[in-house]
Amino acid sequence: MPKTARILVAVAALLMSAGFVLPLWRVDLIAPQYPEGLGMLIRVNTVVGVKEQDLNSINNLNHYIGMKRIEPDAIPELKYMPAILGTLVVTALLVALIGRRRVLYGWTVAFGAVLVAGLYDYWKWGYEYGHDLDVDTAIIKIPDMTYQPPLIGSKQLLNFVATSWPASGGWLLVLASILVAVAVWQSVRGTAHAATAARPA
Amino acid sequence: MATFPKFRTLAGAGMLASAALLAFACAKRPASSGLLSADAAKAVYVAPGQYDEFYAFMSGGFNGQIGVYGLPSGRRLKTIPVFSQYPENGYGYSEETKAMLNTSYGFIPWDDTHHPALSQTNGEDDGRWLFINANNTPRIARIDLTRFETEEILEIPNAGGNHGSPFVTQNSEYVVASTRFSVPVPNTDVPITEFKKRFKGQISFIRADEPGKMRVAFQMLMPAFNYDLARAGKGQSNGWMFLSMYNTEQANSLLEVNASQNDKDFVAAVNWKAIEACAQKGVLKNVAASYLHNFTDEFTREAKSTTLTSVPQFEAKQCPGAVYFLPTPKSPHGADVDPTGEFIVAGGKLASVIPVHSFPKMLKAIEAKAFEGDIEGIPVLKYEATLAGEVKNPGLGPLHTEFDGKGYAYTSFFISSEVVKWKLGTWEVVDRVPTYYSVGHLMIPGGGTMKPNAKYLVSMNKITKDRYLPTGPELTQSAQLYDISGDKMKLLLDFPTEGEPHYAQAIEAKKIKDKQVKFFKLAESKAPHITRSEKETGLSRNGRIVHVRMTAVRSHFSPDNIEGVQVGDTVLFHVTNLEQDWDVPHGFAIMGAQNGELLIMPGETRTLKWIPRKPGVYPMYCTDFCSALHQEMQGYVRVSAPGSAVALSGVTSKGPQSAAKAAGAPKQ
Repeated sequence: MPKTARILVAVAALLMSAGFVLPLWRVDLIAPQYPEGLGMLIRVNTVVGVKEQDLNSINNLNHYIGMKRIEPDAIPELKYMPAILGTLVVTALLVALIGRRRVLYGWTVAFGAVLVAGLYDYWKWGYEYGHDLDVDTAIIKIPDMTYQPPLIGSKQLLNFVATSWPASGGWLLVLASILVAVAVWQSVRGTAHAATAARPA
Repeated sequence: MATFPKFRTLAGAGMLASAALLAFACAKRPASSGLLSADAAKAVYVAPGQYDEFYAFMSGGFNGQIGVYGLPSGRRLKTIPVFSQYPENGYGYSEETKAMLNTSYGFIPWDDTHHPALSQTNGEDDGRWLFINANNTPRIARIDLTRFETEEILEIPNAGGNHGSPFVTQNSEYVVASTRFSVPVPNTDVPITEFKKRFKGQISFIRADEPGKMRVAFQMLMPAFNYDLARAGKGQSNGWMFLSMYNTEQANSLLEVNASQNDKDFVAAVNWKAIEACAQKGVLKNVAASYLHNFTDEFTREAKSTTLTSVPQFEAKQCPGAVYFLPTPKSPHGADVDPTGEFIVAGGKLASVIPVHSFPKMLKAIEAKAFEGDIEGIPVLKYEATLAGEVKNPGLGPLHTEFDGKGYAYTSFFISSEVVKWKLGTWEVVDRVPTYYSVGHLMIPGGGTMKPNAKYLVSMNKITKDRYLPTGPELTQSAQLYDISGDKMKLLLDFPTEGEPHYAQAIEAKKIKDKQVKFFKLAESKAPHITRSEKETGLSRNGRIVHVRMTAVRSHFSPDNIEGVQVGDTVLFHVTNLEQDWDVPHGFAIMGAQNGELLIMPGETRTLKWIPRKPGVYPMYCTDFCSALHQEMQGYVRVSAPGSAVALSGVTSKGPQSAAKAAGAPKQ
């Protein structure tokens, strides 16, 4: 591994570790009655309101459509996500320390798989909340209407516009991914150069 | 203010009265102010969704409340109940708020508010609190401006008509309360004709800089005059309070004639720092008295009354240097100190000039002992020795003066119905505008402080006559907004006000609006009857008293079906609003309740007492349109005959109630 690639992977590890303190994702809800908006921040180990009472308010509103309450303690992903993130950070540092290309490639594949799985899981989480409605207690029932928030972007859900984007920790994760990609590219290019250099004249 | 009509019967008043009539007739000119009405409209137009620049707090006079308005639009934002019950939000009706209206005379549902006073820091309005007086049963209230609610009321002992009140010192150390009516001290059964011998006036200084700790710090007994208005010294005159008075004739009947005899009455200059020093020396005596202090704790949100049993008191003459009389023509109303603290302007209702006293000249006169005598041991300074100047021929019936901080003063004229602008120092009148009609106080934002924000002036008028659509014998009260940013005053707007807008305060909105409490945190509540979740709801009976601990959340009560209540029970509905979001109050009302409704803020617990008189089923419902299903937010209370076997129970359906279940359910 070229030295710059090792540094990039180490920096990526540090950026990822910011995910322990910074929120990963943010969902904002704006409606005529909520010009100031309600919002949720998804952290590595919990879900909190943007303002202190937002999550409570969102849950109270969701009871109209029969949606389950969002209870951070009842979401299993939030229990093991810190361990996964911790493992990624530690292994990334090991990759930088070991400095072997193959280790980097192997780790990158695993890292990519975790990211994809994470996004899929988040999408599925939103899908379940948005579709698994208690039709008995739902007060507002609109045929064929579901309430899945978008993974990224905006969507009108009844009177609310729901907007979902990575939050600061999420963006740092994106940046970390780019750094890893650059490190891989440098390593691949370095191999090619080495191969060219090694070719007998 | 009501002292005015005395003027008509004065010996020399024939001429003045006809002048007054003339002025009145003249005032009936078209409502043009030389300003294109489109320009005026633009100046007061606050576009939908935009905010006003100022909050104005206008006393409601005989409605006992405070009206909150936006300026320049004149839009009414809120009524803050203070000294009167307020059915709209249950103030004085709910069990938690009743105690705010307790006095040593018992529960009093009404009073008369006159002079709001914003708290100050370094001589500038700071937007923490608003103080206001109860005129009839003497009290002072503190209103918290993060919640816009009355949090504290202190009764003033040995007072009769708390008119000269509450004027605040430049760091809110004290608010002053001077008595309008002199009364026997202590108040006992004596012949009224013994007025001069047995009656006393008094000026009280109320410690005001800490919520929950309002106390009479010292009460100075004064000659039996009528004390009217006041203003604290500021800057160079900080440490002094200037109070106007009339009836130095000491009349106890037909005051309109008998209290209008002397050419000069007084402004009292009270040196409260000197009194503090006297207090240190032990001049004050704790004299027995009985009066109440009511306070609503921020976390229990329950008002409690405490009876106080003594007041620190002294006779003015016991503390030399505490007070001087400044002779002032004639029956002065306002005693207003300019922003520099140098000038004290007296609005002599019956005077033909506006006299202005000089604070530095007063100090020199005191040093030189330029006294013309004394009254009950209080030195009377010579008029010329303290006089800075007189505004000549200003108008008829000067009442009250505010300042713009640019060297000008603005005085209201009740009889000639006008506001007159004049220059401090040269005492020349530079502009005058009519008011419609009979202006009492006027108000410039910060106009009584060291830092006026003199963009606007509001005149508070006593008579509206033809200014609005008529509404029977009683017409709306009104305020008028003038632009005073230029050389000439320009009338911009008439706007109706509730009650009588007696005096007002206004403050830049930015000093208040971002500090607003949006809801009460359930987690921090210490309300004794709080129900923190639906799981904690319940009913209990203790003899004939039934406690119902219930919750309100969009869009149901829990419980909403209550049985087992009996005729004659005292039912206490303790309703907690579980919402933790801004602008989601719930209401609670039940058929036949003889007191009122509850309006419960998010996170708040309020209690309604209800005594059912006959058996039946009583509907209850939410009165504040809380949500799309507000109309579904309802329930029933079943009331049985005394001694009935129906068990006390309260339920809310846990889920959909099928038709079959509903039909078979009732238990007996």
